[in-house]
Amino acid sequence: MDYILTLITFLPLIGALIIGLFVQGSGSQSSENAKRVSLVTSIIVFLLSLVMFSEFDKNSSDFQFVEEFLWLGFFNYKLGVDGISVILILLTTGMMPLVFLSSWTIDKRVKEYLISFLILETLMVGVFVSLDMFLFYVFFEAGLIPMFLIIGIWGGKERVFASFKFFLYTLLGSILMLIAMIIMWDISGTTDITKLSNYEFASEPFYILGFYIPSGTQTLLWLGFFASFAVKLPMFPVHTWLPDAHVQAPTSGSVLLAAILLKMGGYGFIRFSIPMFYDASLYFQSFIFILSVIAIIYTSLVALVQTDMKKLIAYSSIAHMGFVTMGLFSFNQQGIDGAIFQMISHGFISAALFLAVGVVYERTHTREILAFGGLVNRMPNYAMVLMVLTLANVGLPGTSGFIGEFLSLVGVFQIEPIYAIFGAVGVILSACYGLLLYKKVILGELIKENLKRINDLSLREKFCLYPLVLLIITFGIYPKPIIETYSVSVANYLQILN
Amino acid sequence: MIEIIIFGPLLGSLIAGFMYRSIGENVATILATSIVILGAIISWFVFLDIVSVDNGSVVVFDWIISGSLNSQWAVKVDSLVKVMLVVVLSISSLVHLYSLGYMRHDHNWNLGEKYKARFFSYLSFFTFAMLVLVSADNLLQLFFGWEGVGVASYLLIGFYFKKPTANNAAMKAFIVNRVGDFGFLIGIFLLFYYSGSINFLEIFSFFSDNNQIKLQGFKIEEVICFFLFIGAMGKSAQIFLHTWLPDAMEGPTPVSALIHAATMVTAGVFLTCRFSPLFEAAPQVSTLVLLVGVSTAFFAATTALVQNDIKRIIAYSTCSQLGYMFAAVGAGFYQAAMFHLFTHAFFKALLFLGAGSVIHAMHHEQDIRRLGGLRAKLPITFFTMTIGTLAITGVGIPLSYYVLGFNFGLSGFISKDIIIEGVFASKNSYSFHAFVFLTFSALLTSFYSWRLVFLTFFGSFRGKIDDFNRCHEPEKTMIIPLVLLSLGAVFFGSFFEFDFTSANYQIFSDSILLSKENTILKDFHYVPVMVKLAPFFAMLIGLSIAIYFYLINPRAPSVLANQQPILYKFFLNKWYFDELYNVIFVTSAKNIGNFFWKIGDVKVINGSIHGIGLAVIPYLVTLASRLQSGFVFHYALVMIIGFTAIMSFFIISFYGL
Repeated sequence: MDYILTLITFLPLIGALIIGLFVQGSGSQSSENAKRVSLVTSIIVFLLSLVMFSEFDKNSSDFQFVEEFLWLGFFNYKLGVDGISVILILLTTGMMPLVFLSSWTIDKRVKEYLISFLILETLMVGVFVSLDMFLFYVFFEAGLIPMFLIIGIWGGKERVFASFKFFLYTLLGSILMLIAMIIMWDISGTTDITKLSNYEFASEPFYILGFYIPSGTQTLLWLGFFASFAVKLPMFPVHTWLPDAHVQAPTSGSVLLAAILLKMGGYGFIRFSIPMFYDASLYFQSFIFILSVIAIIYTSLVALVQTDMKKLIAYSSIAHMGFVTMGLFSFNQQGIDGAIFQMISHGFISAALFLAVGVVYERTHTREILAFGGLVNRMPNYAMVLMVLTLANVGLPGTSGFIGEFLSLVGVFQIEPIYAIFGAVGVILSACYGLLLYKKVILGELIKENLKRINDLSLREKFCLYPLVLLIITFGIYPKPIIETYSVSVANYLQILN
Repeated sequence: MIEIIIFGPLLGSLIAGFMYRSIGENVATILATSIVILGAIISWFVFLDIVSVDNGSVVVFDWIISGSLNSQWAVKVDSLVKVMLVVVLSISSLVHLYSLGYMRHDHNWNLGEKYKARFFSYLSFFTFAMLVLVSADNLLQLFFGWEGVGVASYLLIGFYFKKPTANNAAMKAFIVNRVGDFGFLIGIFLLFYYSGSINFLEIFSFFSDNNQIKLQGFKIEEVICFFLFIGAMGKSAQIFLHTWLPDAMEGPTPVSALIHAATMVTAGVFLTCRFSPLFEAAPQVSTLVLLVGVSTAFFAATTALVQNDIKRIIAYSTCSQLGYMFAAVGAGFYQAAMFHLFTHAFFKALLFLGAGSVIHAMHHEQDIRRLGGLRAKLPITFFTMTIGTLAITGVGIPLSYYVLGFNFGLSGFISKDIIIEGVFASKNSYSFHAFVFLTFSALLTSFYSWRLVFLTFFGSFRGKIDDFNRCHEPEKTMIIPLVLLSLGAVFFGSFFEFDFTSANYQIFSDSILLSKENTILKDFHYVPVMVKLAPFFAMLIGLSIAIYFYLINPRAPSVLANQQPILYKFFLNKWYFDELYNVIFVTSAKNIGNFFWKIGDVKVINGSIHGIGLAVIPYLVTLASRLQSGFVFHYALVMIIGFTAIMSFFIISFYGL
């Protein structure tokens, strides 16, 4: 158990090495082998993380399975998990087998594709296990590269534009974050996240070039991190890279982007911005609420008029992330519990939605909403799955989508009721675009000629979609296993803040 | 015992939905039906106290627990719930039974398409969700049921998914209800914020101890009740949020009987009765409830006068009757609201199922202008629908209490008259206006209800003669529910009046809490005799006009319509609510969405970022001469580096790194 985190983090990398070194040739047999290696690797990683989870003590708020040693005298390799990160790791490692299963049909540069995904898995898990600021930074930033390649090589028609846009937006934020990190290191003399969380950064206001800076240093550092996390999440108004990236990315790329990569932003707020710069966070609370409310209403309305299925879901993702930021910045148990739950639940729902779009895209090679209609006549199982997903996306009680939204709004209501009220408008709007999409794609007579022979879900697709649907419903009715995993950590976290 | 009642339908739904391929559609549907029938029988035992159940709440398992917010899946049975259990399960079991026949042949489906099991699965799921709603002991579970019935309603309205009208109606129902849910959610937030709990008992005990809290000058109870009432308005199709209900008639007729007449739409009334302790402390909102109820009763009745679709007439009639219930709630007479909810469920389900029988016999002809003279062909349907009409219009012997010791009349006569008397007797300053409008609405109710009967069953047939010759009474599974419901429509009013509204014996003492000032349970007996007689005479006038218009002088309606074209069109187009909402909400939402997308995202946000990339940076780059490569990427990189450098400079210079 001593090195389990390292093992979970770097095992995918070994899988990537195996594919790179030992799977020879370029025929269909070798790509089949490569797919098997990656699937098996991801399953082993998932099982390992389940083992870790079973050993994890939910009643303790300490970091567990901590590993630490100095590398080259200055680089501090420190890993560890608490309730918040452990649940995100499970989400990540659990999602990977589905990703590999769903990309079984890929036939272009298969090995490189799988290697990119395996490397990406290492980097994603790395983000959630790092307890050292610079280690976190390395994982956080390096994750850009495989994703950039995935969109840029295996994407749609305008993939190059989209991948650059993705890269530039996120890099812009990252650099500011790096500067903030360097300054923090300079001030505090440590890069250890646990120590930094307890370090009191100066918060006396001062002036720069005549500009009044409330909460002083904290504010500037907060802004540095904010630039990075806000782009990643994404928050209004730096969200416009996401729809483009999603539309161009291959299905499995979209799945990871929505399910995991966006969550890194939220996780960053939890790990850095809020505990380390609490005064600044308080100062910016209303600002975050306003941006979140705008995100919820604005992007929901934009989603309403989309003509591309993926774009619609991408915009709806942004709206749902609005609940995360709102909840996090309410600084109370319900709000933060809700925000974390929303991240997990959105991981399930958005991943399943993108997989579902992938299902019809593979059959018809289009994602135009108007190109469909009446699919229920030929694809009853697909229609049923998409119904559950739509309702979950709408936030129906009984699905996991409700719990996160509800708790975050309850949290915000106790601080600033007006923002919770505006946020709740989202429940009306999400019903509008969700049901509209469902009606246009699934319901009605099947008229279009090219759809008349379309087939229902294959066994492989069922293996991808049904587990997610089951999770969405199970945790909607019985969310306790998820919430209690992190609630002690959150309670302790809040105690330290106040 | 109660758990069986509640989770049985869920089981039935799952079996019908997922196992019909292996056990066959017939077995699946019959199984689902029998489970609900069993539940209905048990519910009557519970209601009549033959089987006693624990009054507290039984926790099944935890749901959402976060800090002080604590909600469990629980089953709570008190008198209010017992009434709802009987209503829901009785109507649901009869509708299940009826659907066995009604859904057997359906021209909306091609040969070989399986749809019956799916239909029963939805029906049973609806029943489950409704039972969860009524048996909740906390707001969140109630909200789960509330949304669950909404989904079931969405699925069933859109059951004929090939019909675009059905799909649109289903979507509209869900979205309009969501507007109400928005209010409901805010009500929940407020309750949790102030009382720190979402459990009913804890909420009520908190507010009985702390009744001086104010928000913006309003009593907090007023604010909370206002938002809860918005939720109730959506679900119960009250004016402004009613537009989905007539459209919901796109669903198969048994669905209309179950969901859109007897059960789901009364959930709003149930909610307000459940929160009687709070509404009692909120006089201003109670007045609002009264006014909304009265307006809905009147508005829907006027619209029903001129509609031609047999189901839409009954739908508006439902809307109007729900208005009566809310008027009772607003007057502080929750018992009467529950009583009317109870009796209305039976006679309105009867009317719908009767209409379904007509539609079934006429091969889905729903326009009463193309029906007529069906009395001889469909005698049982005619007879039972007439009973339903007698019940809704309020036929009985006025003042019979003084002779017989109880009020004798059909169920609607008893419950509706009690509401009208109660509203008159209430201490609300609008009580007289409410009384006048409700009595006038009773006149209209009588007119449109008889109009429907006369046009359908009397006169000569006006449709295709083939249909007329081939039409016949439906099979037994459809006849039995009609007969049983007519028994309810006839007897339940007189039979249960004391249980519901007697000051001494009423069963709601453990669930509906009236404030000390509210003496309506006694007052409503002591209204002037004219008030007691008024609804009866209103009914007679309505009936007489209908007889004159549709039996004696059939030309009269069109003459009147030509004389009053504006009024006629206004009513025919349902007061133009749909048109208005289309302009205000639907079109503008799309326009705003497009504006945000094309202008906000593409032009402003992307534009400014690309603008910096394409205009400002090249300028700087030109200054730096040779760096110009022509790639946007490079420009942007330079921008980033520059931006970073500037930022670093300021920070570092300040600290002297």
